[in-house]
Amino acid sequence: MPSRYRLWLLPVALAFWGCAGPFPQSTLHPRSDFARAIDQLFTGIFWWALGVFVVVEMILLVAIIRFRHREGKPAPKPMHGHTVMEIAWTLAPAVILVFVAVPTVRTIFATAGEAPPDALQVEVIGHQWWWEYRYPDFGIVTANEMRVPVGKPVQVSITSADVIHSFWAPALGGKRDAIPGQMTRIAFRADSVGDYSGQCAEFCGASHANMRLRVLVQSDSGFAAWVRQEGGGAAPQAEGSLAERGRQLFARSACIACHVVEGVSQGIIGPNLTHVGGRTTIAAGLFPNDSAHLARWIADAPSLKPGSLMTRMAPPLTDADVAALVAYLQSLK
Amino acid sequence: MSGPPEARGLRSWLLTTDHKRIGLLYFWTALAFFLVGGLEALVIRLQLAQPNGRLVGAETFNQLFTMHATTMVFLALMPLSASFFNYIVPLQIGARDVVFPRLNAFSYWVFLLGGLFMNASWFVGPLFGAGTLSVAPDGGWFGYANLTSRQYSPGPNIDFWVLGLQILGISSLAAAFNFIVTILNLRAPGLKMMRLPTFTWMTLVTQFLIITAFPVITVGLVFLVFDRFFGTHFYVVQAGGTPVLWQHLFWLFGHPEVYILILPAMGIVSEVLPTFARKPLFGYTVVVYSGVLIGFMGWGVWSHHMFSVGLGPIADSVFGATTMLIAVPTGVKIFNWIATLWGGDIRGTTALHFAVGFIAMFIIGGLSGVSHASPPADLQQTDTYYVVAHIHYVLFGGTIFGLFAGMYYWWPKMTGRLLNEALGKVHFWLTFIGMNLAFFPMHFIGLLGMPRRIYTYAPDLGAGIAQLNLVSTIGALLIGVATLVFVWNMWRTRRHGQAAGNDPWGGATLEWSIPSPPPVYNFSVIPTVESRLPRWKSEHHAAMRDPPAAPPAPIHVPGGSMWPLVTALGLPVLALAPLAHALWLAFLGAAILLIGIYRWAFEPFEV
Repeated sequence: MPSRYRLWLLPVALAFWGCAGPFPQSTLHPRSDFARAIDQLFTGIFWWALGVFVVVEMILLVAIIRFRHREGKPAPKPMHGHTVMEIAWTLAPAVILVFVAVPTVRTIFATAGEAPPDALQVEVIGHQWWWEYRYPDFGIVTANEMRVPVGKPVQVSITSADVIHSFWAPALGGKRDAIPGQMTRIAFRADSVGDYSGQCAEFCGASHANMRLRVLVQSDSGFAAWVRQEGGGAAPQAEGSLAERGRQLFARSACIACHVVEGVSQGIIGPNLTHVGGRTTIAAGLFPNDSAHLARWIADAPSLKPGSLMTRMAPPLTDADVAALVAYLQSLK
Repeated sequence: MSGPPEARGLRSWLLTTDHKRIGLLYFWTALAFFLVGGLEALVIRLQLAQPNGRLVGAETFNQLFTMHATTMVFLALMPLSASFFNYIVPLQIGARDVVFPRLNAFSYWVFLLGGLFMNASWFVGPLFGAGTLSVAPDGGWFGYANLTSRQYSPGPNIDFWVLGLQILGISSLAAAFNFIVTILNLRAPGLKMMRLPTFTWMTLVTQFLIITAFPVITVGLVFLVFDRFFGTHFYVVQAGGTPVLWQHLFWLFGHPEVYILILPAMGIVSEVLPTFARKPLFGYTVVVYSGVLIGFMGWGVWSHHMFSVGLGPIADSVFGATTMLIAVPTGVKIFNWIATLWGGDIRGTTALHFAVGFIAMFIIGGLSGVSHASPPADLQQTDTYYVVAHIHYVLFGGTIFGLFAGMYYWWPKMTGRLLNEALGKVHFWLTFIGMNLAFFPMHFIGLLGMPRRIYTYAPDLGAGIAQLNLVSTIGALLIGVATLVFVWNMWRTRRHGQAAGNDPWGGATLEWSIPSPPPVYNFSVIPTVESRLPRWKSEHHAAMRDPPAAPPAPIHVPGGSMWPLVTALGLPVLALAPLAHALWLAFLGAAILLIGIYRWAFEPFEV
């Protein structure tokens, strides 16, 4: 059955053809020490596996082709077993596994999640269905977009406010579960500036698919500028501007029950919006942070993210109200 | 009575305690659930064929993947294996039936009712004021706490799942005890343990795994039922509980469950290869012992499902190492199967195609398994489509190929007619191509960053991912077409198939020494077994003589009983009580159960 082999080539060829595009969430394009260690380990395992695959499948193919039934073939010799061969093919996989197990254990301990004490501390809190990030050293609380400086060790401590999630930014390393009541850790040192996407990897309910995230790896100066920006209070709105009307509307509507805008509101259920205008995306990485998407999101979040706790306002907001709120949020740089 | 006339009619099926009829009931029921689970898979694949799919919404998608896996594991693959345990094992050991025929009927009815109970959730939404037709389980087949708590899953969806699984567990446990006692006690004279056919051996190991693993999930499910209905806090963080406890309990069951699914298929392959290679199984003793060893080692690896939990480097290293070790006995089995083929006179029947396909696909699933036995690598792979690829190579390429091999191999014994071989080859090749198109690209989809269990994905994930998803969907549709060919084959040959005779394949084991389908008493004379392959001539033994066509003396065969069915009916009624918040239903269910057991226990011994 040689056609069996040709069948293999098809998906492989398709895959290579598919590899043309950029893959922002690929595990095969590591951009940190953690991710590189895993990639290196996996590459080693892959070649061992490929070798075993080729050898064993070839033997199987040879067996079924060479010993297929032909007319007049004498009855096969009854062969019940062979002790030496049994020992040989017990030992062979065991030996190969040593070559997999030793680097595995080494990598486990090298990537055990402990960064040096001077590392940047970031706390990740999973929520249905968005991410909260806290920088205890700077008093910053933000959502969905994590920013870290390039080349500096980062210690990420992960937990959850509700159900189990899993924090995963493939270019920067493996995933780690966010478990309520527990703190789990990963550590990495990003090695190139960039915008890396990821998403929740543990099924966490209706909008699990919509719980995406970004990690922006920035230059030292870029990161420092961001820290200064985020460290300040909420930006003021010009007297009489649309944004100012939006702030007043925000302050007397249900928004304040869930969201923090420093100096305006203290809700803690939803993302902190003090600097929401400075983020590149909204709704946990689902949409670009522009007027059109913000307006749709404010008007009817559950239709964009099933199960979202941000319900439609009753009575519904007028278009003018929505426009004012959009202007306000965009002013919160 | 001597050779009682074949009973007919619905009533005879409802009351039957004949292991062969129960085997057929298992077969047709499990096949129906297999088709349902397959349809669910097709909807999933159509939704994911392109980015931003709109065929179904988030909630429906979550129900679909939960029910696809739950159905395939508990309602299709396990009971398809059970249909062969029922039909074939008593024949392979030269018995007239299982030890406890009524308990066997009870197992089947509980399975059927449990499956119907769980699937009823697709249609009963309005009864719960849900606003949708379906309130099917939506927490994943692994049902991770604390997402499954009342707080985060307030609807009846998870209730159907947890109560349904409890019912199904009773079925599996009752059947497992039955088969252990049967295999140990009802073997024909001379059929020592190390002469048992490999399928019967693997069945035995599987039953031991069931009786040890199912109590563990039962405990986990009881905790969950108590948390959801009675306000306990086993998995509630705020009260000092931990959701990770569920993961340990679930996977402590869940990993042996993987071997519960694969060992019967390995047993089938170990029967099919020797028959069609015209050679005894190479290294029988080693194959049996490695099966037993896999059964034991399956208990020491559960945390490899939990590497991303962060159990610490020591635990990760230990569970990584034990998981890799399982590759050794598995590899040994594969080498012995290939050695069985080597030097043989291989007849390329459809059953052999599927058995060889099993080996070829299982190698791939095994190798990808080694790659996530390595905890750091698993941190990238777990919960992505890479793992979806892996489990489908072992459960579809492995278990389902093995079960198909068993169907083509034993169908003639079970129905008296051969399946059409030409259609069988079409079925095999379509399935083989379809499954590789469907599942091979998933390796890449996962490594390129697509998580599993997401109802939608953005085009920005990469154009290549969208293309690979489309290929995968085409493959899934091809599997659907292949399955239709198979169903057509069964339908057609039911009336027009070539008659099988006692032994269409030249098999070596006892089931081929009697007519197809066998008479109700199976063996007119219980055979005496002198070698491992009694129907083949060996250096020391002549081939055994098949039992005579007519029994020399009247054979007593137990009549049917309605009490297993009645007793089984009590369980879904009991399960309805918490769902409906109606205490009287609990009393009703308990009453049905107790009356059933009482009448069962004191049923007059009919002669």
